[in-house]
Amino acid sequence: MEEKREENWQPKIVAFLCNWCSYAGADLAGVSRYQYPPSIRIVRVPCSGRVSPNMILDALRSGADGVLVSGCHPGDCHYISGNFYARRRFALFKRFLEFIGIEPDRVNFTWISASEGEQFAQVAREVTERVKRLGPARKLVKEIEPCSR
Amino acid sequence: MFTINEKITVEIRKVARDLLKKGEVSAFLGYTKGTVPMVMKPFVARRQEDAERLSWNSFCVLNLANYLPLVLKSLEPPRRPNEPPPEGPLPKVGVLVTGCWSRNMVVQIKENQIERERVKIIGISSRGMVDRKKVQALVDNNEITEVIEEDHKLIVKGHGFTREINRWDVVRDNCKSCVHPDPVIYDEVIGDLSGGRQVPKRFGDIQEIEDMDIEERWQWFQEEILSCIRCYACRNACPLCYCPTCFVDDSRPQWVGKSIDKTDTALFHILRAFHCAGRCTDCGACESACPMGIRMRLFTKKLYKDCMELYGFEPGLKIDEPLPLTTFKLEDPQDYILQQGQKGEEK
Repeated sequence: MEEKREENWQPKIVAFLCNWCSYAGADLAGVSRYQYPPSIRIVRVPCSGRVSPNMILDALRSGADGVLVSGCHPGDCHYISGNFYARRRFALFKRFLEFIGIEPDRVNFTWISASEGEQFAQVAREVTERVKRLGPARKLVKEIEPCSR
Repeated sequence: MFTINEKITVEIRKVARDLLKKGEVSAFLGYTKGTVPMVMKPFVARRQEDAERLSWNSFCVLNLANYLPLVLKSLEPPRRPNEPPPEGPLPKVGVLVTGCWSRNMVVQIKENQIERERVKIIGISSRGMVDRKKVQALVDNNEITEVIEEDHKLIVKGHGFTREINRWDVVRDNCKSCVHPDPVIYDEVIGDLSGGRQVPKRFGDIQEIEDMDIEERWQWFQEEILSCIRCYACRNACPLCYCPTCFVDDSRPQWVGKSIDKTDTALFHILRAFHCAGRCTDCGACESACPMGIRMRLFTKKLYKDCMELYGFEPGLKIDEPLPLTTFKLEDPQDYILQQGQKGEEK
């Protein structure tokens, strides 16, 4: 079991980014050479409305220290209303996770448009900072005991 | 002198007999006595003489809405998966409802699980159902051989003891905090409707947990689900859980492992509760069905509370209102979103 390592511990953060805004925003951040921590692992999804709580929990179960879900700004959804549905779903889900004792900063939501490269870098920095403060995730990680031979 | 429940039983039998006799319904869904005390089993009367077996008391803890789609389906002529339903009206089913069950039926109607025209709904105002685990605990878990119910007390008999218990003391927690005992939709009513209830601290139990700090809540959650044996009785008792393939049975991807590993159990309970968000009416069937006494209703009730707080929505009260997660408003609260109002701003 790896414990919280010294200063240079980098969290692993799974980011679900919508294809039309946030993924392009992340792309722009890269193209524009904005610096952000290497902790973000991006999963491209068609829309923030595609992200179900299953996927977030699956990331946490598999050992992600944090999760970021990002979609288009309300009103800008490529599919007109996907992010509005997502907003309701995640509002309930986030509150529920907090209710059962998952730290609020583990699971983050944000809106980033395709032109907001710098904002993406900023969010990546902030989320990394928040998750770093919490330390490695333990609560919903499935520990598989190594089989003894 | 008849008790309230005896009078209701007589009425139910009469109504069911009449409906079956007239051919207005082809089946009547209610309860009959189980084989052990304090257990009632759902019962489908298909012939007039079956109506005499229907019964009503304070132990009808399961939710009849759960069985309704199956009974309706059983009355349709068999057909292949893609074959359209036969023309003309299909046979109807009579069903007993209390407040929460009727609200579940409203949800089922909205989700196209049942058709309102095919259901003859007989409403009863619920006086609260009794938690048999509470009764058991009061008699030190000794075997109970007979329970006689009066209006406000239960007389519990076992080997070498007889005890009188105040009925309200052993009523289920969800019934104690219920504010909608009357059916929302019905065609006929048996007995008097109560006109609603007032409860001082409706979400008191949730508030208590919310007031704990985060580690205490995690501790509480872990302890609550510790004894779970993953029998899925809570899922099977739930009228909302009708997916042909449940997420727990999915194998590609396998969202939840099948073991009783603590993470798997936690994920199961989180997802099961979340699937009921905005739909659960707090009927308590899950908790009553649980063999291990897990209070999983607290999870769904938290979501119930949040739906009310965030979207002003209570499931199953209005038939023409969309479910909260199938709709949205432009001004929905989003204070949980990072970087609120910083769109386009320089850092």
